[in-house]
Amino acid sequence: MTGLKLDRRTWFVIVLLAALALLPLVAIATDNDYQIAQFRRILIFAIAAVSLDLILGYGGMVSLGHAAFFGVGAYIVAILNWHAAREVPLFGMMLGTHNVLVTWTAAVVLSGALAGLIGLVSLRTTGIYFIMITLAFAQMVYFFFVSLRAYGGDDGLRFPGDTVILGLIDTENDVAFYYLVFGILCAVLYATRRLVNSRFGMVVQGCRENERRMKALGFATFRYKLACFALAGALAGLAGALFAANESYISPSIMHWTRSGDLIVMVVLGGMGTLIGPVVGALAFLFLEKTLPDYTEHWMVVFGPILLLLVLFARRGIFGWFLPKEDRHGGSH
Amino acid sequence: MSLLLFLEQTLNGLQLGVTLFLMAAGLTLVFGIMNMVNLAHGSLYMVGAFFAASFTQWTGSFFLALPLAILATFVVGVLVEAIALRTLYARDHLDQVLATFGLILFFNELTKIIWGPISIFMDVPPLLSGRVELIAGAPYPIYRLAVLAVGLAVALGLWWLIARTRLGMLIRAGASNREMVGALGVDISRLYMLVFGLGAALAALAGAMAGPIYVVEVGMGDAMLIKTFVVIVIGGIGSIRGAFVAAVIVGLVDTFGRIVPAQLGLPTAIAEMAIYILMAFVLFFKPTGLFAARA
Amino acid sequence: MAAATESLLAVDGLVKRFGGLLATDNVSLGIREGEIHAIIGPNGAGKTTLIAQLAGEILPNAGTIRFAGTDVTGLTVDARARLGIARSYQITQIFKGFTALDNVAMAVQAQDGHNFRAWAPARADENLRKPAAAILERVGLGARADVRAVNLAHGEQRQLEIAMALATRPRLLLLDEPMAGMGKDESERMTALLAKLKGEETILLIEHDMDVVFALADRISVLVYGRVIATGKPDEIRANVDVRAAYLGDGDA
Repeated sequence: MTGLKLDRRTWFVIVLLAALALLPLVAIATDNDYQIAQFRRILIFAIAAVSLDLILGYGGMVSLGHAAFFGVGAYIVAILNWHAAREVPLFGMMLGTHNVLVTWTAAVVLSGALAGLIGLVSLRTTGIYFIMITLAFAQMVYFFFVSLRAYGGDDGLRFPGDTVILGLIDTENDVAFYYLVFGILCAVLYATRRLVNSRFGMVVQGCRENERRMKALGFATFRYKLACFALAGALAGLAGALFAANESYISPSIMHWTRSGDLIVMVVLGGMGTLIGPVVGALAFLFLEKTLPDYTEHWMVVFGPILLLLVLFARRGIFGWFLPKEDRHGGSH
Repeated sequence: MSLLLFLEQTLNGLQLGVTLFLMAAGLTLVFGIMNMVNLAHGSLYMVGAFFAASFTQWTGSFFLALPLAILATFVVGVLVEAIALRTLYARDHLDQVLATFGLILFFNELTKIIWGPISIFMDVPPLLSGRVELIAGAPYPIYRLAVLAVGLAVALGLWWLIARTRLGMLIRAGASNREMVGALGVDISRLYMLVFGLGAALAALAGAMAGPIYVVEVGMGDAMLIKTFVVIVIGGIGSIRGAFVAAVIVGLVDTFGRIVPAQLGLPTAIAEMAIYILMAFVLFFKPTGLFAARA
Repeated sequence: MAAATESLLAVDGLVKRFGGLLATDNVSLGIREGEIHAIIGPNGAGKTTLIAQLAGEILPNAGTIRFAGTDVTGLTVDARARLGIARSYQITQIFKGFTALDNVAMAVQAQDGHNFRAWAPARADENLRKPAAAILERVGLGARADVRAVNLAHGEQRQLEIAMALATRPRLLLLDEPMAGMGKDESERMTALLAKLKGEETILLIEHDMDVVFALADRISVLVYGRVIATGKPDEIRANVDVRAAYLGDGDA
């Protein structure tokens, strides 16, 4: 992609990001500003879906527990804010804080560390075992937060967040907060694009294509897969942190195993192994989830078979249809 | 914990264990023989329970309803296999996860459409109502004992089927070496269909018997499904023996996990974590489960 | 044995059992630097099991494997690969979704390192691309660099696999039936490629095509029922009575 001769992929990305950038302005112009929080949520799930694409699309690791990292990120932010508001020390020593520099960083680091630990055990297995063990760990985390009565248990936790993020952005200002999230999404897309095309990214993709060959070439594959898994967990934690900031309320239901399933649906629906595809997938999924119920309360009876048809006949996803056939696997250019 | 409570909970744990075994036995074969991830197995459990509830209402007899529910679910299972799953065997695990995830949504919603969103409470059949004093001072529900007995009988029957019949020989061969079964000149798609139908029937039996103990409601299969996964993974994919051992262990751990933390003053939700911790522990030392069928 | 120096690869008393089956029966073997050492034997003789133990995919029940003076018996596949043991498989193992050049560049990277570099584009990295292109040229796939591996012909995929093995700059190449499933033209091209490597690389070759083996090999070991019944120069093997009886049949080898 040099000069002005842009390929279809680049065009698609430009048009999509431009549309997302204009979305709040259009919403205001059409008196739909109340929907901006809704749009932010879409972008937040898009970040989570992109993080899952790293392991699913590039690493070939079918994790059925990704929502756990999203949830942990969200809970860290919620708990720190809750303590700050109540002025109850955490672990009897630390005070909570509203400062997003602290809360969001903590969310990213801790969810990444948790992913590293879970990966340490899970990545010893392959195939069906891997799917099942990631699911089991996510259940463990889910029930852990259900058991935290002090933080609302099943009922969830309502908390006051930071009203002025980084001293710049007023969270009460829907549009400014939208652009912050949008900026983070763009940064994540750019960084992950660099990542998957780097040496590290090639190793991860090599493991997806043929791990046996990777080992025979001399790669200690485990550590690269683990690093990728932990990184994806950290990014999911970032998305979770944004989610908490967006909602000021969270409950364990955001990390229920079906939420992990939803994330997989977003990735595949949009186009796996393309990074931008999952953004489209998150858009499409949340759009369907919002609009299908308008037609029938039993929309799931339609949506379920749609998934089946997607798998059988449209495996390349929405973004995949825009690409030339040769570009099936992501990561080229 | 008193001895009586301990014995009672042991029986409860065993009863949950055999129910899990009924779920896991069919599914572990699907996993092992077809190398297929099927998330929709819990839906068959649910469908079996709803069929049993309706048939009991129509016929007035739980004992008539039970075989009818099993038969009906068997048909549903075979239809699902023929329509949706058969094309997925050759696909990768991700496709299977996604498609069967869609099936869960479909079945949950369809059940809601047919039976309505309200939970159904099934009565314990009169013949099996009441309690019996198995241990002096600890009357135990007869129905639960019956479930335990049926579960053990089916386990024994399955063992006979797997160990002593030609079909069982093929299933064993398929679980440890898929290519070989094809080489034996067996009609693979017939074998798959049979195995899947068998799994559906066992899930229906588990669901139908669970009906009078718990409550028949949409989504009842989901929680059961994940516990079943834990059983299968701990036992080793494709191994009936492993499924049995793991089911009993998981049933006991899960049951006592609900009692012990409460007695120690810990939140009971920690109990929900117990089986997953057990699973992580087992897989850390044996990444292919206790009795891996495939070498 | 005339050679005073230690063999590059020294196998001593290797035993592998699968249940009751003795797949590798007390095998001792030495591969010298620079030679093509062929292992022949009837089907089921345990050739692939042996090579899998050398590469580290199967661990032996007894015996030792020393490579360049280091005991590698307990090392993992990737650790052995990093020491310089590269291999090809009977069933081609390549990155099917990658282009031919990407396949080889991956192998170059295995040897070049810096695998945690996560920012600079690997496909613009001359340290990877240049050597990769040169090796593709060397195996005769120069014109096919940008074709996805899945779209290469079977013979080309096998050539690609050899290119990948070479790209790790190995000290020893383990080639497991490089001609398997090839047509006449393809095997001729592969034979020519191996002939080109002769003298430049140390190769342990498993091959069914006897013409190729006797044309290329410096030495041959004969494996029957997991045991090495003879080792020697092609002429010696041809003349060996045991070999004729056990393997080549009694007349026309």
